[in-house]
Amino acid sequence: MDKHPSPLHPKREAALRASTRRQFLSTTGQLSLGAIALEALTSGSALGAAASGDPLAPRRSQYRAKAKRVIYLHMSGAPPHLDLFDYKPALVKHSGEECPPSVLAGRTFAFTTGVPKLMGTPRSFAQYGKGGLWMSDAAPNFHTIADDICLIRSMNTSQFNHAPAELLLFTGFERQGRPSMGSWATYGLGSESENLPGFVVMISSGTQPSGGQSCWGSGFIPSVYQGVQCRSKGDPVLFASNPPGMSRDLRRKTLDALHELNSEQLSELNHPETATRIAQYELAYRMQTSVPGVMDISQEPQRVLEDYGAVPGGASFANNCLLARRLVEQGVRFVQLFDWGWDFHGTSPGSGITDGLTAKMAATDKPVAALIRDLKQRGLLDDTLVVWGGEFGRTPFREGRTAGSQVLGRDHYPDCFSLWMAGGGVKAGFSYGATDELGFSISENPVDVHDLQATILHLLGFDHEKLIYRFQGRDYRLTDIHGRVIHDVLI
Amino acid sequence: MKISSIGFSLLLLASESVISSKGTAADHIDYNRQIRPLISNRCLACHGPDEGERKAGLRLDTFEGATKDLEGTHAIVPGKSDQSEILTRLLSQDPEERMPPPKKGKPLEPEQIELIRRWIDQGGKFDRHWSYIAPVKAPVPSVKDGKWPINEIDSFLLSRIEKEDLHPSPEADRRTLARRLSLDLTGLPPSWEAVLAFEKDTRPDAYERYVAQLLAQPAFGEYWGQAWLDLARYADSSGYPSDQPREIWGYRDWVISALNHNLPFDQFTIDQIAGDLIPNPSQDQVIATAFHRNTMTQNEGGTSDEEFRIAAVIDRVNTSMSVWMGTTMSCAQCHTHKSDPLTQIEYFSLFDIFNQSADADRKDETPVLSFYTTEQKKERDLLSREISEIEKRLSDPNPAWKDGAHAWAERMSKAPSWQSPAPDRIDTKFEPGKAVPDGDGFFRIDKSVQFATYTVELPLPSGPISGLRVETRPVEGFGNFVLSSIQAEILPPSGKADAKPQSVSFVSAKADYEQAGFPADSLLKSGKEKTGWAVAGATDRPHELILALKGSPSATEGSRLRVVLEQKSTYANHLIGSFRLSVSTSRDLSDWIALPPSISTILKKPSDKRSTDEQHLIVDYYVRHIAPETRPDRQLLAAKTAAHDAIRPSSVPVMKELPAAERRETRVQIRGNWQNLGDVAHAGTPAAFPPLPKGSHPDRLGFARWLVSRENPLTARVTVNRFWESLFGVGIVSTSEEFGSQGEPPFHPELLDWLAVDFMEHGWDVKRLLTQLVSTRAYRQVSRVSPELMERDPENRLLARGPRFRPQGELLRDQALDVAGILSLKMGGPSVRPMAPNLGLSTAFGRSNDWVVSPGEDRHRRSVYTEVRRNSPYPSFTTFDAPNREVCTIRRNRTNTPLQAFVTLNDPVFVESSQALSRRIVAKADAPNPETKIRFIYHTALSRDPDKKELDTLIRLHAEALSEFRRDAAAAESMATNPLGPADKGADLADLAAWTAVANVVMNLDEFLMRR
Repeated sequence: MDKHPSPLHPKREAALRASTRRQFLSTTGQLSLGAIALEALTSGSALGAAASGDPLAPRRSQYRAKAKRVIYLHMSGAPPHLDLFDYKPALVKHSGEECPPSVLAGRTFAFTTGVPKLMGTPRSFAQYGKGGLWMSDAAPNFHTIADDICLIRSMNTSQFNHAPAELLLFTGFERQGRPSMGSWATYGLGSESENLPGFVVMISSGTQPSGGQSCWGSGFIPSVYQGVQCRSKGDPVLFASNPPGMSRDLRRKTLDALHELNSEQLSELNHPETATRIAQYELAYRMQTSVPGVMDISQEPQRVLEDYGAVPGGASFANNCLLARRLVEQGVRFVQLFDWGWDFHGTSPGSGITDGLTAKMAATDKPVAALIRDLKQRGLLDDTLVVWGGEFGRTPFREGRTAGSQVLGRDHYPDCFSLWMAGGGVKAGFSYGATDELGFSISENPVDVHDLQATILHLLGFDHEKLIYRFQGRDYRLTDIHGRVIHDVLI
Repeated sequence: MKISSIGFSLLLLASESVISSKGTAADHIDYNRQIRPLISNRCLACHGPDEGERKAGLRLDTFEGATKDLEGTHAIVPGKSDQSEILTRLLSQDPEERMPPPKKGKPLEPEQIELIRRWIDQGGKFDRHWSYIAPVKAPVPSVKDGKWPINEIDSFLLSRIEKEDLHPSPEADRRTLARRLSLDLTGLPPSWEAVLAFEKDTRPDAYERYVAQLLAQPAFGEYWGQAWLDLARYADSSGYPSDQPREIWGYRDWVISALNHNLPFDQFTIDQIAGDLIPNPSQDQVIATAFHRNTMTQNEGGTSDEEFRIAAVIDRVNTSMSVWMGTTMSCAQCHTHKSDPLTQIEYFSLFDIFNQSADADRKDETPVLSFYTTEQKKERDLLSREISEIEKRLSDPNPAWKDGAHAWAERMSKAPSWQSPAPDRIDTKFEPGKAVPDGDGFFRIDKSVQFATYTVELPLPSGPISGLRVETRPVEGFGNFVLSSIQAEILPPSGKADAKPQSVSFVSAKADYEQAGFPADSLLKSGKEKTGWAVAGATDRPHELILALKGSPSATEGSRLRVVLEQKSTYANHLIGSFRLSVSTSRDLSDWIALPPSISTILKKPSDKRSTDEQHLIVDYYVRHIAPETRPDRQLLAAKTAAHDAIRPSSVPVMKELPAAERRETRVQIRGNWQNLGDVAHAGTPAAFPPLPKGSHPDRLGFARWLVSRENPLTARVTVNRFWESLFGVGIVSTSEEFGSQGEPPFHPELLDWLAVDFMEHGWDVKRLLTQLVSTRAYRQVSRVSPELMERDPENRLLARGPRFRPQGELLRDQALDVAGILSLKMGGPSVRPMAPNLGLSTAFGRSNDWVVSPGEDRHRRSVYTEVRRNSPYPSFTTFDAPNREVCTIRRNRTNTPLQAFVTLNDPVFVESSQALSRRIVAKADAPNPETKIRFIYHTALSRDPDKKELDTLIRLHAEALSEFRRDAAAAESMATNPLGPADKGADLADLAAWTAVANVVMNLDEFLMRR
C-alpha cells in the first residue's frame, strides 16, 4: 500500500519499521524499552513477552484463551428482563396486587415510593431451542439463536442509577476514573490489527451512555488503551479525513516532505521518539484508507445487509452490528456497541413494555441474531465472545409515577437481571441461575458484575486478580477487590 | 505504562551503574534504597502495618516487629543472618515453608536475598522511609570540571555524571535556547525579533535578563496555571451523567493571577485550602478556596446527596495529600495502608477536617461567592463617579431650570379628565352576547361566562388620545381576576376602507391597587415578567387601571378604539365582572401617572397650604423629571445607571465552614462503605508526620499550615519535584504522584533535598526556583544524544544532555495559533468555545455535547480558557493525553499516536492556523520569493533558519502543490479559506492554498511538536 520512496537507508528503514511495528496507537513518549517495558507493562505477571516495545503488539494471555476478541452489546438504560427472558408465572398470577411488605423492606427505588403494585409480564413466553430457554414474543429473532447463547438470569449489581451502574459494569467501580473493560483487554492482549485501533466503540440512537466516555476510557493506564470512537456516518475516526481541498495525492506529497525533514531531524538528534513519530504519520496515512474501508458497509453483499437490516450511509444499531463483525474480522480486539433508549419506565409510549419494547426490539434483535449467525458461519463465533445486556434489571412491580397511565413500565432494579453471552468459550443453549418466584431476589447461582468481568477476563485468558496496573502506589484491577470466575457457564 | 517502565529503567541503570547491588561485603547497605523496596513489594501485604491482614503476627516494616520473639524464632536477629528466620524462609525449597508463598509471588532473586543477608549482618537497621524524614541540605559535592557548574544544581548533577564516567553535552545555541525557554516558561514560542535580540545580547547577564523577561509576561501565569488546573481537577461542568454547566472560572483566573504575581507557594497553598478561615480574608482568598469546590456534583434523579457529598470530601482528602505530599491516601480509606504507616482511623481524622464545610452536593452549588472582576470594579467605580456628578448638578440646579415648575404643578394638581363613550361593540369571545349595560356606562358580564377575552370598541373624540382607563366593580359570583394583557388599536372611520388600523402601545401604567406579584406595570413587559394585573385581597372594591398611550396618537372624527382585554386563567370565573372603559385627551397624563404617591399627595393640596419643604420637594421633582433643560442630564443619568446595573457579578463556589452547632460527626466507614459506620474519628493529622504547628487548630486552616510548615518532610520535596518534572521531563522522583514506599526513590536524593530546603529558605518563591532550574548548565545543553548515551540513560535521568519531550496538546494548539498570528491575548473571564467537531451526541439526560463556537477573538483564545466539560472534553486535547478532570491528575501520560497525527494534520483548528500563516507570508512584501517565505516560516515557527535541504524540500513541495491547485480552483479555494474564511479580493487562492500545505507540513514537524 505504501510505495513511496523512502529517504532512509533501506536497512535503517527496515529496522525502524520493525521497532515500530503495530504501533497503532503509539508507544509512550519515552521510548521503547523492549522486553523490559513489556514485562513492566504486565506487572511481572506470566504474560508472554514479545520482542517489541510496542504496547499494542499482540501478546499471549496468561493461559490459553477461549476467546480472542469480544463484541459487547450494551443496551443503555436497562432492558426489562422480566418481559424478555425471566418468565415469572406467579408474578402474572398476582399482577395488580400490592407488593408484599417483605420484599420492599430495606430497598429504595429511583422513582417509586410507597407500595407499588406487582406487575406480571403482558408478553407471552415460550421455551426455545434444545436447552429450552424461556423467551418472550418481544424478541422473535432471539428465538432463532437460542441454541447459541448462554443466558444468565441471576445477574445483580450494587447500583440502581444508570451512570454508576454502567461505570461499575465497565470499569469495576461506580465512580469515574478507572480503566474500562476494553482497555484492560487491550492492555493485556494488545491488538491483532496493524491498521486499526485495538478497542473500538460505536454508539447508536443519538445519545452516549449515562456513564459517559469513561465507559471506554483508559482511566490511569496509558491512553493508548482507550476505546476509539468510530462513526458509521461522517469522519469514521475523528480528523481522519484530509481537509477540504487536500487530495490524497497531495497529502502523500506533504507526508513525503514531512518524512524527509523528520528523517533529517532524526539523524541529527537521534531521538527514538522522532522515529516513532515518522512511523505514526505513515500509519495515520494507511489508516486514512483502512478505517473508511472497514467502515464502508456498502461493500457487503445485499443478502448480508438484509440479514442485519443495515443500510449503507446511515447510522443505526444494525449498521453497528455489521461493523462489529467487520472490525473483529480485521483483528480488532474489543468492540463495544452502546444503544440508547432502554430505560423502560413507561413514562412515554416509547418506554412502555408492550408496544415500546416491541418497537425497540424490532430494531435491534434482528441485527444481533444476524451477527451471531454471521460470526458462526465465518467460523469466528468459537473464539469471539458476544455479550448482550444492560446495567441492571427492572422491577417486578409497576413504576410508581405511571400508575395512572395507559403505558406499562418498570423502575430500576439492581438485585436481579438477565444477560446473555455467546461463543468464545461459553456453553451454548444454556441457562444459568434463577430468581425467586416473584423475581425480587436471586434464588440460585448469583452472578454479580465483578463475577461477569472476572469470567470475561478468564475467557480472554487472564486471571482477573493478576491483570493489574500500579497507580499512585496501589495495584488496581478491573474487578477492584471482588469477582470470581463462573466456571459453570464455561465449556 | 510509564509508571512501571520508569521503575524498570531505573533498575536498568541501577544494575549497570553506580548504584550497583553487586558490591563487596564491605559496602554499606542502604536500608531505604536497597532493602525497603524488596520488603515493601514482597512482604508487607501480609506482614505490614494492616493488622487485619497480618499473618503469623509478624510485622516486617518496623525493627520491633521484625525482631519480635515469635514462639522462639526471630524473623531478624540483628547482626546474625544465620539465626534470622527470614533467610531460612526466603531460601527454602519447601513450598510450605518458602516465602513469599508460591501463590503470592515468585521467590526473591539470589542477589536480593544476599542483600538482605548482608544488611542483617550489618546490623539490620531500619531507617524510616526516606520521604518521612525532613530534608536537610547536604554539602554541595565537588566536581572534577569545576568550570562546568553554573549553580549548585549543576554540581550535584555533574558529580553523578562524572561518577558514571560520562560527559555532559555542549551548550545549545542562543536560538535554540530562546525557543526552549519561551515554550517552557510561557507556553508560547518567541517572536523572531526576540530570538535575534537574545542572540545579539552580549551582556554577561543576557540569559538571566531573557528569563526574567519571560517570567514577567502574563502568558507565564496562563501556562503554569494550566498545569495547576490538572491538579485542581478544574472543570466548567459538575461531572457525573448530567454534567451541568458550572460557573467557577473565577478560580481559574485567581490561579493565573497568583502565579503571575508570584504569590509564595506557602500562601498559595493556605489560600486554596483555607482562605475562608484566615482572619478577615480578602475576596481573592475566598475565591481561592474554590480549589476544593472542583469536586463533582451528582444531579441525577434518585441519587443520595449525602453519598456524593461524602465522595466529594474523600476526593478532597485524597487530592490534598496527593498534590502537596505525594501520598496515596485512597488505600487507607478502606483499610489500614499495607505498606505505609497510615491507619484507617487516621484517614478519617483527615476526613473529619474536610467534613465540616457547608456544601452538600447541591445542584445550585451553594455556598457560592458573588464577585466583580477587577475590570468590572473599575467600570462600576467610573460609572458611579459619573452618576454622582450628574446627581450633584441635579440636586443643586441652575435657578433657570426651576422656571417652569410652578405652572407644571398647577396643571398637575388637577386630575386628568376622562370621557366614557358608550361602546358600540363588546365581545367576550367564545361567549358572545353576554355583556349587558350596568349603569354609569358600566357593562356587566353574565355569570355563565367562565373563561373569556373581552374585545370592546369605543367611539373616539377627535384629537390626540393620551390615556385609557379600565374601571371595575365587584360583582357577585366573580372574585379576583387577572388582566393578563391589554392591547389597543385605533380603527379608522368605517368609510375609509384603505386606511389601516393604527396600533397603540402603552408607556406607563398605574392602578389604585395591585396584588403582590401582579403589578399594573407588568402589562408593559413581556415574557415571564408579564404576570398581568390582579387584585386579590381587595376583590370586594371597585378598582381603576390607567394606561398612558405612547406618543398620544391622533383620532379623527368617526374613528374608534378597539381594546382587547385578555384574562388567562385556569380557574373559572376568574374574570372582571363589571367594567367601564374611558379615554383621556389630557396633555400631561403620562406625567400624572408617573407621579409617586409622595408628590401626588402634596399636589392634591391647594398651593398655599403646601409647606416650604413640600414646595422644595415639588421643585426638586420637577427638575429631576420634567424640566426640558435637564433632559440631557436625565438621559445621561438613565443611561449610566442602566450601564452600572447591567454589570452583573459572577459567582464561584467556595468553601465555607459550618457553624460549631452544625458540626458533623465523622465515623470510620468500614471497608469504605459510607453506610457502614464504625468508631468516631476526630480531626487530626497522621502520626507518621510531625504534629500540627504550634497554635494551629485541627481544622482546614491548621491543616494548610501543617502542609507548608518547615517541619513537613514532603510538601517542598513534592513541589520542587513537580517543577523539575515540568522542565526536565521526568521528576527526580519519577513517580511524582507517589513519594511513599510504593513510589520510586529519588534519583538524586541529595539534590532533591537541597532544592526542597533551598525553596523553603527562600520563601517558597516559585519564580526564583524556576529561574534556578532553567539557569543550570544542564538545562542549556543540546538535546542531541548518542546511541550509546541513549542506551545508557534512555529517560535522561542523568541529564548528560538537554531535555527534550513532547509538550501538552494545549501548548501545541496555542503555539499553532500564535505562529499563525491569530492567537488572542485577551485574559480571563468566562470559558470559551473554540472550533470543535460536531459529533451529534448528547450527554445522558443532559445537553448536547456539541457547542456553538464563540464569536470573534474568543475562538482563538489560549487553551487554558477553553471550556472544560468532564463528559465531553475537548477532543484534540484528549488525543494528546489531557485528563477529563474528574479527579486530580498529578502526571499526564505522554503518548505518540497516529490519532495525534490526525489532529495536527487535519483538525480544522490546525488547518485554520496553516491558512492564517499562509496569508501572513503571501502578504509579506519583504519576503518576495519562495525561499524568503520559507525562511520566514522557519523563523516564526522554529526560531531558526532552514538549511539547504529543508529549503529545497519545501520549495519543491510548494511548486507541486501550486501546480495542483492551479488545475483545481475549487480545491484551492477550500484549502485556502475553509475554515478561516474568505481571502482578500483578488488574492491568488492557488498560491494561498499551496502555502497552506507547506505551513501544514512545518506545523507537523517533529521539531515543532517537540522543540529541540
